[in-house]
Amino acid sequence: MGDINLSVLIASLMVASVPILLAALGEMVTEKAGVLNLGVEGMMIMGAICGFIAAVGTGSPLAGFIAGAAGGAGLSLLFALLTLGFLANQVATGLALTLFGLGLSALMGQGYTGIKPPATVEIDFGTLTDIPFLGRVLFSHDWVVYFSLFMVAAVWWFITRTRAGLVLRAVGESAEAAHALGYKVARIRLAAIAFGGAMAGMGGAYISLIRVPQWTDGITAGAGWIALAIVVFASWRPVRVLVGAYLFGGITVLQLNLQAAGSSIPVEYLSMAPYLVTIVVLVAISAGKGRKTDAPAALGQNFHSVR
Amino acid sequence: MLRRTLLASAALGLSLMATGSAMAQDKVKACFVYVGPINDGGWTQAHHVAVLKTQEHFGDKVEIMWQENVPEGADSERVMTQMALGGCKIIFTTSFGYMDATNAVAAKFPDVKFEHATGYKREHPNVTTYNARFYEGRAVNGTIAGMMTKSNKIGYIASFPIPEVIQGINSSYLHAKKVNPNVEMVVVWAFTWNDPAKEADAAQALIDQGVDVIFQHTDTTAPLALAAKTPGVIGFGQARDMEEYKPSPRVSSIIDNWEAYYIKRVQAVMDGTWESQDSWDGLAAGAVGIGEITGVPDDVKAAAEKVRDDIIAGTYHPFTGPINKQDGSVWLADGQVATDGDFAGMNFYVEGIKGDIPQ
Repeated sequence: MGDINLSVLIASLMVASVPILLAALGEMVTEKAGVLNLGVEGMMIMGAICGFIAAVGTGSPLAGFIAGAAGGAGLSLLFALLTLGFLANQVATGLALTLFGLGLSALMGQGYTGIKPPATVEIDFGTLTDIPFLGRVLFSHDWVVYFSLFMVAAVWWFITRTRAGLVLRAVGESAEAAHALGYKVARIRLAAIAFGGAMAGMGGAYISLIRVPQWTDGITAGAGWIALAIVVFASWRPVRVLVGAYLFGGITVLQLNLQAAGSSIPVEYLSMAPYLVTIVVLVAISAGKGRKTDAPAALGQNFHSVR
Repeated sequence: MLRRTLLASAALGLSLMATGSAMAQDKVKACFVYVGPINDGGWTQAHHVAVLKTQEHFGDKVEIMWQENVPEGADSERVMTQMALGGCKIIFTTSFGYMDATNAVAAKFPDVKFEHATGYKREHPNVTTYNARFYEGRAVNGTIAGMMTKSNKIGYIASFPIPEVIQGINSSYLHAKKVNPNVEMVVVWAFTWNDPAKEADAAQALIDQGVDVIFQHTDTTAPLALAAKTPGVIGFGQARDMEEYKPSPRVSSIIDNWEAYYIKRVQAVMDGTWESQDSWDGLAAGAVGIGEITGVPDDVKAAAEKVRDDIIAGTYHPFTGPINKQDGSVWLADGQVATDGDFAGMNFYVEGIKGDIPQ
């Protein structure tokens, strides 16, 4: 049996990680604003079905991704209405959002099984693809892979280098203080929720349009929960979200590739690996210095200005 | 106040529902537990199509109820209990992982008939097991795989290490090897029946390793959808024809036909003739079908159809010796044929397949 080709492995882990990377990045921004939206799975699957319907209807994968983002954002606005408008409990609302999204997507997806979406082509980099190793790793993907990497950089820049990002963080650390300074807490949180929804929706659309390309009920199969875990794993930092997503996606792909390559490591250990690594990394992170938790201080707390 | 009204009306609604089901008692209520969604494109959809045809066959003499996406394990036990309490006379549990739950619930409801698909435990007189000889279909597809592969690497996306899956791997490999001595079998265990993204990732891993013919023993069309992205890679429909992936990558399929069985068993409940049994039909009885063979050269098609026809005619058994186990020890001597007992406990690869079966 042949060995695993490292460049092929890295290239496929980059593809496999896109959905959780996009969703985790969006959720991170939402949580930075102090809102815990556990409905990532529901928003992802809404993105998956909305994107699928739009892509099939228009024949354009790009339209599919836009619709996927819109679908995820649309569902997240429901969450915003309930938690920002009616001050409903965020945890309960988020869970309900997932259940609602799963059901609604199954309803919308009636009649869309067995249909093939239009193919998204890989970007043609010409001769760059022929560079040994790097060509396969860096220049053999569809545009969404590059978009997801761009978004990591963009979110990092926004959170750490812009005034708007500072305000967002202030809202997440202490909504009262931000409010006292005259910032519109509800509006900022609304924008953060919608952004998180749109990113989760795009992640979902990536699954139904590129990674699997088809529609099946429950196609996201728990990816949203992994995205949520990655945010904590990354201690709310964009670059660590990238690391976490690639680690998770990478080990899943690696264990399948090891099996296919005829590795002598027992399958049970390979299947366990992603979870073991998570535990190890979490322990390593929390063991380093006895510092305070990295979570935004106002995470999960509703805020109302006339309270 | 409002809340109290809500509760009261909910209670009223519940009691109305209870009366409704009591009134429907003269019908036979047949219930089905599904592991995936009814539109998974494969296993569960094949069951559901048969269930709808059963309903059509009996008309209003039978009431059908089903529950989708029931996880294997404790949740399934709750679903079955609820069905039994809800007046189901016969409950079909359609996944291997429901085996212990089915027997546990059957013990509590001796008047309800339980039919467990693909299992082997019948611990109570009201439990039947039923299955189909999928390995016969794998023999036909394996023949196609052996003749079609250019890389001489064929891949198998396996779900769980249970006898049924191992039968499929062995049968596919033996028949590919028969027509192509250089063929190599690559097995990937996905440890899921129904996870499109993981199934697609498994297919991608196989393709990355040079596999160009993919078998799947998972429930969705995801592996075919993924294979369609790579020219030259072919695969087979599983459980359902998956005709939407014709002519390529899907070149043939194994089709499960449960309809005749469901009609027969529901009828037996109506007639009061239902008895515990172990049903295991194959190609000859029509329980397993081979989907149209497309997109392959004529000689490949002819060879595959010959295997199919010989199995149907009873002149050929897919597991006919000499066959050795993976470790080289003799399993079947020359001309010896595997018995049903051999199949029920199959936990070994045949000679030539590399790797270990997870235990």
